[in-house]
Amino acid sequence: MPGGNVLLEARGIVKSFGGLAANDRIDLTVHAGEIHALLGENGAGKSTLVKILYGSLQPDAGSVSWEGRPAAVGNPAEARALGIGMVFQHFSLFEGLTVAENIALALPPDEAGSGLAANVRSVSESYGLPLDPAARVASLPVGVRQRIEIVRCLLQRPRLLIMDEPTSVLTPQEAERLFETLRRLAGEGCAVLYISHRLEEVRQLCHSATVLRHGRVVGRPDPKTASMADLARLMVGADVEGAGSREGEPAAAGPVRLAVRGLSLEADTPFGVSLEDISLEVRGGEIVGVAGVAGNGQDELFAALSGETPAFDDDAVEIDGRACGRMGPRWRRRLGAAFIPEERLGHAAVPAMRLSENAVLTRHGTDPELATGGLLHLSQARGLARRIVERFDVRAPEGDPEAGALSGGNLQKFVVGRELDRRPGVLAVSQPTWGVDIGAATEIRRELAALARDGAAVLAISQDLDEILEISDRIAVISRGRLSPAVPTGDTSREAIGLLMGGAGD
Amino acid sequence: MRIELRHRTEDSRLMVWLSPLLALGLTLVFGTFLFAALGHDPFRALYVYFVKPLTEAWSLEEIVVKATPLALIGVGLALVFRANVWNIGAEGQYTVGAICGSVLPVMLPDLQGPLLLPAVLVCGAFGGMAWAAIPAFFRVRFGANEILTSLMLVYVAQLLLDWLVRGPWRNPEGYNFPESRLFEADAVIPALAGRMHFGTIFALVAVAALAIVLGRTLKGFEFRVIGAAPRAGAFAGFSERRSIVAVLLISGGLAGVAGIGEVSGTIGQLHPSISPGYGFTAIIAAFLGRLNPLGVLFASLLLALTYIGGEAAQVSLGVSDKIARVFQGAILIFVLACDVFIRYRLHFQPMRRPAARAEDAP
Repeated sequence: MPGGNVLLEARGIVKSFGGLAANDRIDLTVHAGEIHALLGENGAGKSTLVKILYGSLQPDAGSVSWEGRPAAVGNPAEARALGIGMVFQHFSLFEGLTVAENIALALPPDEAGSGLAANVRSVSESYGLPLDPAARVASLPVGVRQRIEIVRCLLQRPRLLIMDEPTSVLTPQEAERLFETLRRLAGEGCAVLYISHRLEEVRQLCHSATVLRHGRVVGRPDPKTASMADLARLMVGADVEGAGSREGEPAAAGPVRLAVRGLSLEADTPFGVSLEDISLEVRGGEIVGVAGVAGNGQDELFAALSGETPAFDDDAVEIDGRACGRMGPRWRRRLGAAFIPEERLGHAAVPAMRLSENAVLTRHGTDPELATGGLLHLSQARGLARRIVERFDVRAPEGDPEAGALSGGNLQKFVVGRELDRRPGVLAVSQPTWGVDIGAATEIRRELAALARDGAAVLAISQDLDEILEISDRIAVISRGRLSPAVPTGDTSREAIGLLMGGAGD
Repeated sequence: MRIELRHRTEDSRLMVWLSPLLALGLTLVFGTFLFAALGHDPFRALYVYFVKPLTEAWSLEEIVVKATPLALIGVGLALVFRANVWNIGAEGQYTVGAICGSVLPVMLPDLQGPLLLPAVLVCGAFGGMAWAAIPAFFRVRFGANEILTSLMLVYVAQLLLDWLVRGPWRNPEGYNFPESRLFEADAVIPALAGRMHFGTIFALVAVAALAIVLGRTLKGFEFRVIGAAPRAGAFAGFSERRSIVAVLLISGGLAGVAGIGEVSGTIGQLHPSISPGYGFTAIIAAFLGRLNPLGVLFASLLLALTYIGGEAAQVSLGVSDKIARVFQGAILIFVLACDVFIRYRLHFQPMRRPAARAEDAP
């Protein structure tokens, strides 16, 4: 633990929105050279706190001091002048411009001159974040885009770097590289305030931690000694049902309910992935997990299962023994299948439409009470939306709000609830808990397990290996559009899966 | 003090309907300055333009006559725009509808009977649909932008009409004027009262029908989903291509009916200027009416008033006949500008006074 001086000290920070206290008397101390985790569920007040530290929000009460002197951070420019840099979860880059041009935009004019490209190159390489200043952002993968944001901060020589859920967009390898960079920065005396809800990451990386819940500090555990369960308990305020809850159950007892046979699909865009000869069977009562690094054909596989991209051969996909490779989503749903895509906004749900209309979205073909003879029954739809909201504990504004007004986690609960409420016989789900807080994630995983226990076949595609290991009876790995054979979870290991994810099975 | 636009968590339902009213107010303010700059007493001019036509029976009648094609075309456009398809060529579909509807009365003037009028109207509808089918085909087959193709087809349609009435369809008894023969009685849409004809009823039926389709039917839901989030539409099992074709055919068909309705019901023959730009003004009616069929109906009446008021201003003030277009353009610009407040709200931010700020939800 670096015993640096106190760099930043916040005392009694209070911030309310309407009647809700987003931050309630929060104290936070960050030392020079430490990586300090800020842990909490969605809505615990993490974002509000860092926005206050970065000057984009002003506290109602409380004080911030910087190196022992009181500091009023009126806006982000003043924060940067003090030496505070921030990397946001959602990047603010111009896709049509080059790396150097994007960085120049954020710098004072006198630093954005002709030496910038060389400067970018040397700084990025010295921190293990190689960047080509002349590359156009549109052509770069997301991990490299994040590097641009980080290098942009580093060029201003920050003393405190705030990172908001940096690994949520990264592959495991990219995350590992980021951790090395952060450790190196800390070694040079820069402090890092690291926001995350990935417990394993926090334990690996951070020296100290502050846990928030409902706007208050609920603990300052030592992440090096605390267990994952300890941290999770602090975060959600209750014992989280542990991993491995599916152990001891009879796996794969039922008949084959979802079958994919020799499915090949040519990519339809230059950035797509072609699926090559994919075969897979999922039996009633089991969850089969598909692990893999992002961008290896998960989206394409999901679209082939849901029918958004029909196959050329009817036998390529079978639901409950019925060949349906050339059917669209509506007909596959009528065979008893349900689908939950990764992207909530604009794919699983229409943000500008009400929850009742979003309930109709995937159920108009299977629920005759919602639409008969081409006519919609809006009151039935509202009733269905209300039932989903109540049964799956969706926290939504009163009435029948637009889907876009819900937080990510609550919209995901609604989307999952909309499909599970049908009691489907086959469920294909992609990234079931992406961007969802740990409480909601636990609930969603429990629901998936319950669905399988009742005899449904569940196929879960996820980039979160911990999740796959926790919920799956069998695991297959997708890599460059090919799928490895599914093996029982007990017969495999992280190493074996990691090798396949890295392309060892190609 | 700094003025900011802040994103609302949810679109403001109130502003959706307040925005057109705000736009009208701004248009009147704009009109005050415009007339003053032209050297007229602005209040008298605005009275002549916007109020006087509402006080006389003949001009009220004329407003309904002009609102009829606007409403027919406008509801169709409300539907396509909701589906995120940008049919800018309703003027061309209107023109081809008028041409196709005129085939029987012009080429077979001896044909009579009670079935003639329905046949004329159906031909008009098919003409508009056929013209809209061209951009629909190029869009779904080759991905061609329907804004450009539909707009360019307007000029093709207008030149086609011009050629017909100067050439093969010129009235043999018409002293060489560029116009077709007059429609015989059985091909004319019967009058309702004065200059108003039964086409107005078609417009009301179209408004009611599309209000039901958009709000209450699965098809209308499908169009709206495809328009708002095409990927969610595909996930729901809706076909984007089929929706694009369907909405273009419906709006083209309605524009075609408007065209033949105007020729058969109001003018009585084809000539080169059968439209004072109804197809384009209907775009304004669609937006001003919030892409809502009932709203489009009211917006059509208002825009019809700008035509009549424009004529009145031309006569009693001696201003240019382009004045109606200026006001229509001003309304569109202001309504699109005011629509910003549906998604954003104004926030007055005092500079550097953290303690004294009014706080809002994040």
